[in-house]
Amino acid sequence: MLLRLAYRNIWRNKRRTAITLMSVFFAVILSTLMMSMKEGMYARMMDSMIGAYSGFVQVQSAEYLPDRSLDDALMMSDGIDSSIMSTRHVTGWVPRIESFALAASDETTKGAMVVGIDPVAEKDHTDMAARVSDGAYLEPDDKAVLLGSGLAKKLGLAVGDTIVLIGMGYQGSTATGKYPVKGLVKFGSPELSKQLVILPLKEAQWFFGAEGMCTNIVVLMDNSDRSTKIVSDLSGSLPTGLVAHDWEVLMPDLKHMIETDRKEGYVFMFILYMVISFGIFGTMLMMLAERMHEFGVLVAVGMKRWRLAAVFWLEVVMLALLGSILGMIGALPVVSWFYYFPITFGEGEEFTKMFEEYGMEPVMQSTVDIGVFATQALVVAAITSVIALYPMMRLLRMKAIVAMRS
Amino acid sequence: MTNYVIETKSLTKTYEGIVPVYAVRGADVTIEDNEFTAIIGPSGSGKTTLLNMIGGLDRPTSGSVKVNGHELTGKTDSELIDFRLKHIGFVFQSYNLIPVLTAKENTEFIMLLQKIPKAQRDARVEQLLGEVGLADKMDKRPTELSGGQQQRVAVARALASKPDFVLADEPTANLDSASASNLLDIMARLNKEEGITFIFSTHDQRVIDRARRVITLEDGVVVRDERR
Ligand SMILES: Nc1ncnc2c1ncn2[C@@H]1O[C@H](COP(=O)(O)OP(=O)(O)OP(=O)(O)O)[C@@H](O)[C@H]1O
Ligand SMILES: [Mg+2]
Repeated sequence: MLLRLAYRNIWRNKRRTAITLMSVFFAVILSTLMMSMKEGMYARMMDSMIGAYSGFVQVQSAEYLPDRSLDDALMMSDGIDSSIMSTRHVTGWVPRIESFALAASDETTKGAMVVGIDPVAEKDHTDMAARVSDGAYLEPDDKAVLLGSGLAKKLGLAVGDTIVLIGMGYQGSTATGKYPVKGLVKFGSPELSKQLVILPLKEAQWFFGAEGMCTNIVVLMDNSDRSTKIVSDLSGSLPTGLVAHDWEVLMPDLKHMIETDRKEGYVFMFILYMVISFGIFGTMLMMLAERMHEFGVLVAVGMKRWRLAAVFWLEVVMLALLGSILGMIGALPVVSWFYYFPITFGEGEEFTKMFEEYGMEPVMQSTVDIGVFATQALVVAAITSVIALYPMMRLLRMKAIVAMRS
Repeated sequence: MTNYVIETKSLTKTYEGIVPVYAVRGADVTIEDNEFTAIIGPSGSGKTTLLNMIGGLDRPTSGSVKVNGHELTGKTDSELIDFRLKHIGFVFQSYNLIPVLTAKENTEFIMLLQKIPKAQRDARVEQLLGEVGLADKMDKRPTELSGGQQQRVAVARALASKPDFVLADEPTANLDSASASNLLDIMARLNKEEGITFIFSTHDQRVIDRARRVITLEDGVVVRDERR
């Protein structure tokens, strides 16, 4: 009966209810879309930087961070393989040796990240081979490179051309080499695309003068949500001197950026909902004032004030939840649209530059994530419950005859 | 010793202000079971104030109110709400009913608050609305009823909880004379046939004529008390 009473009261003033519903409706759509776009962007960023290259967990020598110096590389051993492979949720691992070097063509010289990979292991566990957009993938014994397509463009190199690498090897030795470009690789992340020079592991170790060594080992897993667990498991089983890090440690900037941006999103969402709550608050005060007499009669004939307050609370929360459920239903097609048809900014556009400055692909794609939707409903429910406290307090203290005079 | 349904002693209500208003001054009123009593007096004589104190809606400045032996003055607000629900039926001047509920639901409401089982509620609502002549209007909302019909629903609601007595402050004030006399007929019949005690205030001479006892207030003092 109380529920029925609350429900009918909502529809008493249809116009006002409609206006309140609409405001919640649009706020929820707007805020859902914004959060979905943001989360979509983070997912893409994580995917293009972490998923495509660095991995969610890496094993390194304990000294490697923060300098990332070749001198702190680790020596490969059987113990590493057994400790990694005996960890739950791990599906494999790939060794890498990385260091900065200068890359030169006939025309120009650019800074580059030279990385040695195990072509067979990468083919098994990562999509490196699939990223080759031009030319061919590496064989283990090749003395040739794959170039990030962005770097190739900057250097003016194509498949078949020759690249010269000059850098610093292990313990201060000089590293120089001259290699044919065997293929070009495409990365979503412009940062990777403009920097990577990929050699077969053996050749890279030779180039850096670091036989049998790696700077890091990328640990692959069945589900990236397990990375924290894997890191903690590994820390118990790895040979001494080695540590495991998850992506948040490996890429603090990315983590920081996502967190900051997410906070900005929350602030915006908060402001948006504050505005909406004032609207709901106004509606609520009107509902209260209009019905004071009626409430007075109810208490006069014996209705407990807390029950009355409960009915009123139900009304407000039902109204707000109805609005937010409608909003979520309305947001679904909008958010899905931007999932299936992401916005891609073209070459040279203002937005493209902005995105690339942050090392991101110039693509905006939303996620369709239950969590984002549910957050809206929770936020709306929480806000309205809180703002409904004020009229509830008034109802709890009201005097029947005073109320009936209004 | 008589058992009074209502017994007030030196009941006083003073509204403080720049000039204090002595709304009720030392009223000693006793009401017995099965009375049909009108409280009359000029406007501002304190009828509403007296009824509100008797009904536990307002607190006296001094004096006491006993309903079936229960002293009301010492009770807390929420005890009074409970007491009203169990012991007193109310009919107000107008806008008695909840607009979003039907006649049936309005009548049922009190019993719902008393947690009376559904089957019992349904039977009683049917009986009460029948007694006030609205058996065919059970599912109408207040806006679909005339003023007189609304007041009859209010009477049905007041009786729903089987109260010790029914208080009605100017129940006919907003009714035309036909509806007023119809409402009075119903109240008088309920009084006679079911022994329900009614105390009502009124200005209307035709209503006064129907009362079996008339208490007259002037300036907050009982100046006359006739039985007939
Ligand atoms: N809340 C209040 N504050 C101050 N004075 C009040 C209040 N309620 C009533 N009064 C005063 O108390 C006196 C008695 O009022 P009351 O309403 O009891 O009279 P009444 O006999 O019911 O009048 P009416 O026939 O007009 O309904 C009046 O002088 C009135 O102005
Ligand atoms: Mg009055």
